[in-house]
Amino acid sequence: MKPFAYLKPADVDEAVLAVAADPGARFLGGGTNLVDLMREGIERPATVVDLTALPLDEVHDLPGGGLRVGALVRNSALAADRRVAARYPMLAQAILAGASAQLRNMATVGGNLLQRTRCPYFYDRESACNKREPGAGCDAIGGFNRSHAVLGGSGSCIATHPSDMCVALAALDAVVEVRSVRGVRRIPIAEFHLPPGDTPHVETALAADELITAVELPPVPVAVRSRYRKVRDRASYAFALVSVAAALEVRDGVVTDVRLALGGVATTPWRAREAERLLLGGPANEEAYRRAAEAELAPAAVRPGNAFKTGLVRATVAATLRDLDLGEEIG
Amino acid sequence: MTTTETERATAPATYVGKPVDRVDGRAKVTGEARFAAEHHYPDLAHAALVHAAVARARITAIDTAAARAVPGVIDVLTHENAPAMKPPPKFSPLDLSTFVSATSVNYLATDEVHWNGQPVAVVVAETPEAARHAATLVRPVYQELPAVLDFAAEEPNAVPQKGNLLQESEADKGDAEAALKTAPVTVDLRFTTPPYHHNALEPHATTAVWDGDRLTVHEGTQNIAWLRKHLATRFGVPERGVRVLAPYVGGGFGGKAMVWAGTLLAVLAARAVGRPVRLALSRAAVYHTVGGRTPSTQRVALGADADGRLTAIVHTSVSRTGRIGGMPEPVTAATRHLYAAPNIHLRQHVVELDLLANTAMRAPGEAIGTFAIESAMDELAWELGLDPVELRLRNEPERNPVDGKRFSRRLLREAYALGAERFGWRDRDPRAGATRDGRWLVGMGVATAYHPTLMLPANVSVRLGADGRVVVRCGLQEMGMGAATVQAQIAADELGVPLESVRVEYGDSSLPDAPGAGGSVQTASIAGGVVAACDKLKRMVRRLGRGAPGTYAEILARAGRDHVTAEVKANMPVFMIRTLLERRRLVKAACGVHFCEVRVDRDTGEIRVSRWLGVFDVGRIVNAKTAASQLRGGIVMGLGMALSEETLVDPRTGRIMNPSLADYHVPVHADVPHIDVHYLDEPDPTMPLGLVGIGEVSIAGVAAAVANAVRHATGVRVLDLPITLDKVLPG
Repeated sequence: MKPFAYLKPADVDEAVLAVAADPGARFLGGGTNLVDLMREGIERPATVVDLTALPLDEVHDLPGGGLRVGALVRNSALAADRRVAARYPMLAQAILAGASAQLRNMATVGGNLLQRTRCPYFYDRESACNKREPGAGCDAIGGFNRSHAVLGGSGSCIATHPSDMCVALAALDAVVEVRSVRGVRRIPIAEFHLPPGDTPHVETALAADELITAVELPPVPVAVRSRYRKVRDRASYAFALVSVAAALEVRDGVVTDVRLALGGVATTPWRAREAERLLLGGPANEEAYRRAAEAELAPAAVRPGNAFKTGLVRATVAATLRDLDLGEEIG
Repeated sequence: MTTTETERATAPATYVGKPVDRVDGRAKVTGEARFAAEHHYPDLAHAALVHAAVARARITAIDTAAARAVPGVIDVLTHENAPAMKPPPKFSPLDLSTFVSATSVNYLATDEVHWNGQPVAVVVAETPEAARHAATLVRPVYQELPAVLDFAAEEPNAVPQKGNLLQESEADKGDAEAALKTAPVTVDLRFTTPPYHHNALEPHATTAVWDGDRLTVHEGTQNIAWLRKHLATRFGVPERGVRVLAPYVGGGFGGKAMVWAGTLLAVLAARAVGRPVRLALSRAAVYHTVGGRTPSTQRVALGADADGRLTAIVHTSVSRTGRIGGMPEPVTAATRHLYAAPNIHLRQHVVELDLLANTAMRAPGEAIGTFAIESAMDELAWELGLDPVELRLRNEPERNPVDGKRFSRRLLREAYALGAERFGWRDRDPRAGATRDGRWLVGMGVATAYHPTLMLPANVSVRLGADGRVVVRCGLQEMGMGAATVQAQIAADELGVPLESVRVEYGDSSLPDAPGAGGSVQTASIAGGVVAACDKLKRMVRRLGRGAPGTYAEILARAGRDHVTAEVKANMPVFMIRTLLERRRLVKAACGVHFCEVRVDRDTGEIRVSRWLGVFDVGRIVNAKTAASQLRGGIVMGLGMALSEETLVDPRTGRIMNPSLADYHVPVHADVPHIDVHYLDEPDPTMPLGLVGIGEVSIAGVAAAVANAVRHATGVRVLDLPITLDKVLPG
């Protein structure tokens, strides 16, 4: 690990100032991703600004039934919050489906938003990776790409966004609040993560000196009946091959409200708006679910290693919506 | 075996067979046990490796300036400045210690790169952090050379694999291909298994301390005596001046049997900087410098008559080694012994690639070979419409199938009967895809486990003190299986003393040499030495007592002796001749049967193993607790092999792309069901105390049992490991 300076500011202003003054500075939340990347020499900050003393670790009610989640709320604390479990079950389930209990105890909400891909070629400094080194090429496209994206990729990058939590946030239309010396900005989750295009190293709409201070969850009545279903290569402690965050309201066999987002298959947390559009007002049955998933996959580009994911998306979307409609538990 | 020894194997025992707690349990749980990377010396320096990032090349230059400039860096060793080691000895049957030369590369004595990951420099620094950081700053410049890296592409160019005295590579009986053509029922299947890595909990680590020409090495090794000899040879110092200490080893599974780069380079670095050096490999460095299990492609073709009696067995394999070394796996070895058939054809081939040498991993040969033969037997049962247990019983041989040799002991029929009853096998609906439980498709599978039994001679001394205390001294290696505990139980019973009065000294090359922990040989081999030493000790005490009655303490007191020590020394040449003569007429093995139940998600193809039962015919059990743990451990490792593990070697670069426990998926707790283990506890009449090694047998057959259960649950026959969900995903 490259040696670095270490700061632990006591308030938000101090933290924001520290980073504004130092382009080589990085914020440290739980460190569950950043420290790994520093050990591998992929992140090489000159200064690490430890945020854990900042008073951003509470969850507050918002008028109208939403929640405001401080950026330093630990993942396990958010999943255990009764309001989250009652209003947004998909979010609690998504968090608990990620990492391990020890990691969730450390990881913060803000850090989870900024998780970087687990593409093995990104992690291996000897491999070509446009995300790690712009213009270097991409070894994943012709290499091992079982875990890679079929949606939102480009000729320069097909790395999957790894977060479970963010998939639920995408379905819930969360808003990310950020602070810098220039003031406060609110970024809708749909605009927060950026597709790779020709600049896969630019992963979010966050400027280098901006600090995530909170995530706001609007009231989403349909989310009371919601699910997060994660499909992976072992029972725990593995990233999603496909995950689905879904909320569904059905009246008289007709879909009257729906939220759907996908993980494990896209370069960003993927809100399935086309599928939602097709489902809304249509019949609540397996065929309709599969057709909606199929439509969402229309722009999919598959490689030999990840071609199975389109079938797996169809199956997982259909199963998740069916289970929601029938009120079946995922056992 | 004499009558006395047969009686001994079946005599009532106080400690042997009991679930005795392990003697090192407390030290490990409290953290008092110190592993190879936990020994502190004043002035200890820390080393880190620089790995080649190309598969085959010459190093034309290596820039160490930036690394040397890092504060705390003591030295950077490369092929340009490192002290010379002697080249690794080639394997010779006349000196079995030469077996531990893992590769033919003489590290830092050559500008040649032979695999992607080969160490090309070592940084030594005051702290591990400085060493690791500086290692990232070393810049080798390569002239790249063409490399052959793609196993799948090279597999057609495989050449016949050589056998050895203890392991025949091929077999022919009758004309199997002709018999296949006329058989009423046949299956002919091609299987693949991927490369795997051991992933012992403790990554490889070495602490090396020189004192003139004397060398002390703390090392997690499965092979104390041979490591000492290898180090003496490589560094040109007398063997008696080299001491290897390995009282605790955090798992090995074959990955710590040979001498790999890290060990040698730690010792080399310590010599170069004149200070004690610790080199604790990162998990990634283990993947890049310690070989794993070879991948394989296999063909199994079976012919049977309408009643399910086999008329032909064909089993052929291709595995790989590195061009710079490696152990060809005896992939078809189990098929020599499993089923009776008049026509048998077995062949093993191998390709050499520009990759790191492969090495032994738990049950080399049997672990992957049984996946193919036991999957094919299951498929034959489907073809015949016959219960797969019944198919196996109909083909259970009376004599060894390829050559008619006798079995020393074989209770597979009993194992099948007990397992089927305990598992509820008869209650299953035999139709594929017919059993459902909510969203799960439920299937049951069965497969046979097999592993050959070998032993080697051990040197052991047993000291009886006038205070009644007993010390067993033997340089055995305890890598987690309970080796010291079981030998204490044996000595206590042999001498008729309380277990608490017996201490086993082990894990130190200054103790009498023991065979390495590999090939499931250790327990029986050392038991043979302990029993012989205890016999000798009892004779010595009887002579001292001149026939008068009394306790050991009384006899020693009367004779004015503080202690009595009996030693037994191994006579390797005589032992090898006896072993080879015995092998001309006798086949010995550990065997068993796995039954399992899997659940496959009808939508997503996710596979969960929900029940497991193993019944093992593994001779007499010394410790009911550690034996069950070891048998369970093999099954857990087999589950990973079956369902989730695979080392990803990029065929373009030869680089391992998942060298971490996050990306190489060993089973997590949630993947492992309750595992019910039974053993028949029937002594082997040809082995010391009736003991048979159990370290490897239980991984054999696991992957086939899972594949067979998946076949029953879904109707899909998966031929390629691991059985990931995409291979069974419906439509």
